[in-house]
Amino acid sequence: MRKISMERVEETRERILGIIQSPVLTHEQKVANLAIAADSLLEVLDLPEGLKELLEPENGEKCICDLAEGNAPLRPRYIIPDYEKFLREGSKFLQLEPPRDLYEVLNHLLIFYKHVPSVTNFPVYTGQLDTLLEPYIDTVTEDEAKKLLKLFFVHMDRTILDSFSHANIGPKSTKAGRLILEVEQQLEQAVPNLTLKYEEGITEDDFALKAVECALHSAKPSFANDRMFRNELSERYVIASCYNGLPLGGGAYTLCRLILSNIAKRAENIRQFMEKELPCVMEIMAAYMDQRIRFEVEESGFFENNFLAKEGFIHRDRFTAMFGLVGLAECVNTLLEKEGRQERFGHDEYANQLGVEIMDIIDTFNRNHCNPYCEVTENHFLLHAQVGIAEDKGISPGTRIPIGEEPKELVEQLLVISKFHRYFPSGTGDIFPIDLTVHKNPEYVLDIVKGAFKRDIRYLSFYSSDSDVIRITGYLVKRSEMDKLDKGEAVLQDTTALGLGAAQNGKILERKVR
Amino acid sequence: MKAIVNRIIPFSSVDGPGNRTAVFLQGCNLNCKYCHNPETRVVCENCGICVSQCPAKALTFDRNKKVNFHSEKCLLCDTCIRVCPHSSSPKVREMTAKEVYEVVKHQIPFIRGVTVSGGECMLYPEFLLELFTLAAQAGLGTLIDSNGTIPFCQYPELLRVTDGVMLDIKAFDRTDHERITGFSNETVLENVRFLLAEGKLEEIRVVVVQDLYDARESVSHIADLLSDCKAREDIRIKLIAYRPMGVRKEYSGYQIPSPDFLEELAELIRAKGYRKIVMI
Repeated sequence: MRKISMERVEETRERILGIIQSPVLTHEQKVANLAIAADSLLEVLDLPEGLKELLEPENGEKCICDLAEGNAPLRPRYIIPDYEKFLREGSKFLQLEPPRDLYEVLNHLLIFYKHVPSVTNFPVYTGQLDTLLEPYIDTVTEDEAKKLLKLFFVHMDRTILDSFSHANIGPKSTKAGRLILEVEQQLEQAVPNLTLKYEEGITEDDFALKAVECALHSAKPSFANDRMFRNELSERYVIASCYNGLPLGGGAYTLCRLILSNIAKRAENIRQFMEKELPCVMEIMAAYMDQRIRFEVEESGFFENNFLAKEGFIHRDRFTAMFGLVGLAECVNTLLEKEGRQERFGHDEYANQLGVEIMDIIDTFNRNHCNPYCEVTENHFLLHAQVGIAEDKGISPGTRIPIGEEPKELVEQLLVISKFHRYFPSGTGDIFPIDLTVHKNPEYVLDIVKGAFKRDIRYLSFYSSDSDVIRITGYLVKRSEMDKLDKGEAVLQDTTALGLGAAQNGKILERKVR
Repeated sequence: MKAIVNRIIPFSSVDGPGNRTAVFLQGCNLNCKYCHNPETRVVCENCGICVSQCPAKALTFDRNKKVNFHSEKCLLCDTCIRVCPHSSSPKVREMTAKEVYEVVKHQIPFIRGVTVSGGECMLYPEFLLELFTLAAQAGLGTLIDSNGTIPFCQYPELLRVTDGVMLDIKAFDRTDHERITGFSNETVLENVRFLLAEGKLEEIRVVVVQDLYDARESVSHIADLLSDCKAREDIRIKLIAYRPMGVRKEYSGYQIPSPDFLEELAELIRAKGYRKIVMI
């Protein structure tokens, strides 16, 4: 471990005192932040040359961002336990036998969730709840089942204190799946995030329409293109955190992101960006990710000692890593301005095509970069269109068209989106606030989903333009909670602060209503 | 075959089931007091009064003294519609059925069909036949939105490529209908019976304006029209609340029906065995 300066120690001590005295952080948020502060004093990674200048440049325009994973990762960023195995076999460590009825299975899951680490300290994946619960759903009456599910979801919302926690349902309709939608529609809560794995012809229309109606009340579920994900990640994939496609029984070691808009600012022209600036930053980011992974696997001891690994709920060789990016739109626009051209990303074919060429370069780089510990994805990382963080200003998530510049017609926006979703097996997505009249015609939304998935669009989210729960970038937040925080009151969930930041910096409340 | 096209909405959630491209044709044979797009009624007479008034210079006169509209310059300020002495709109385009189909096709696979509305689209039956034939070949659904004053029985070929008709019944009572629209409703009611028998009645639409007619009585009679018919379970009844938006000034002061009143009407129809009732 390398030594650090006393100056840095003093700075950190000041920060720690600030966390302790903060009027807006809850106790749990303080504890989490204290851990991050402690971790920031360590220097254990063998950092690639040139990284510091890209992570913390003097002008503040970062080209790489490691999303606050800390200096010494003590666990993988995203952990995707095999809940099916847990319910089948129970857990020695948790001293739980397999559950026998709906009461027990829900209680078992709530216990398990408290022992699934992640970058946020909350479980980013809470299971394929419909198929997990279906065998137990008839152990009680339907009314009882609804009551139990309601308590289960309220418990989750009030104890899993950020909305990067994600449950899955689908593709086929089940009684449990229908009850989950019914209950979620009534509760209008931010946690858990929810995805319907959807495939036309497999998912029944009435089930999908129930999902649309639920989404128009509580901004969830989102719709995942099951066919695309299955083809890339096999049947054993899940949607976790915001919208991340990841292997079941594994997860992602790390997620770092290229800030393409800032990389473009450094380039003189398109050619120099493609041939020098971008490849150079990608090399450094990949090397940095390799180091993080090496530490997690070889030094942290996580995979040897954590009960999840010991009991086989996760397997080290089912972990991969996410090679993320943001700001493609601004990157394209900046490069075109440098060439003296007027075209804009999302509106002109020339600009969109430049976006595709940049994505091809990143995709090719990733296909050529190998990491020995990413066996599950053929020793490559998975590309990820990151949704942005609260501090991003003038940087659009992933490959999204900037808010305020969306094409007038939704069809034009979908046609642009369809060029980009295919690059991102570990997640991308677009979000549409929907006009109230659609409440009378949920098939309108389903038709759009069906068409979009035929065009290889991967992931879509909708919410009603007037609902309290809204989708920020990938996660859900209540407007009423953001108002509270804005007035200086403490709020339960960490993601509310991120939502407020995104509302202020990312204009997410100004999305074009469809 | 050409038609005068007022507007094409690529994705519409209110012109039939699911997502559809809605095509609005120019020209109507009725004069409904509460019409919310009265500029679609009369076909432009090319007087050119609007040309000089357009602040964006989006309107020009061509060699044949016809008004041309350049949509790319339009600021959507609607000055042209306000100054038109004929209550028309110059923002229209004469298009062939093939040209309209090319615009519709752009939305595949995101839409399930096309709906043609107006104005009154049945003033262009041959255009409809050609457009719907093309759409049906591509697997798109085809719906007509009509005021019901043109007898559908005279267009069997068009009906063959039409999935269904969404029909306005402005009022059940003939004198009410005449007062609201300027025309009798005899053909409208005949069309209801005819389309029902042909299995082509998709939806009945009623605009609820309490100041103009007794909506309770009208809705009740309309429901009785189909009372002995099993198909009524599948036919959508849409109760549309009068709203002053877009309505000509002299008719913009009618009472807006309350949600409770709409619900009362819906209940009245439900009691007669209808299942699909939409209130907007």
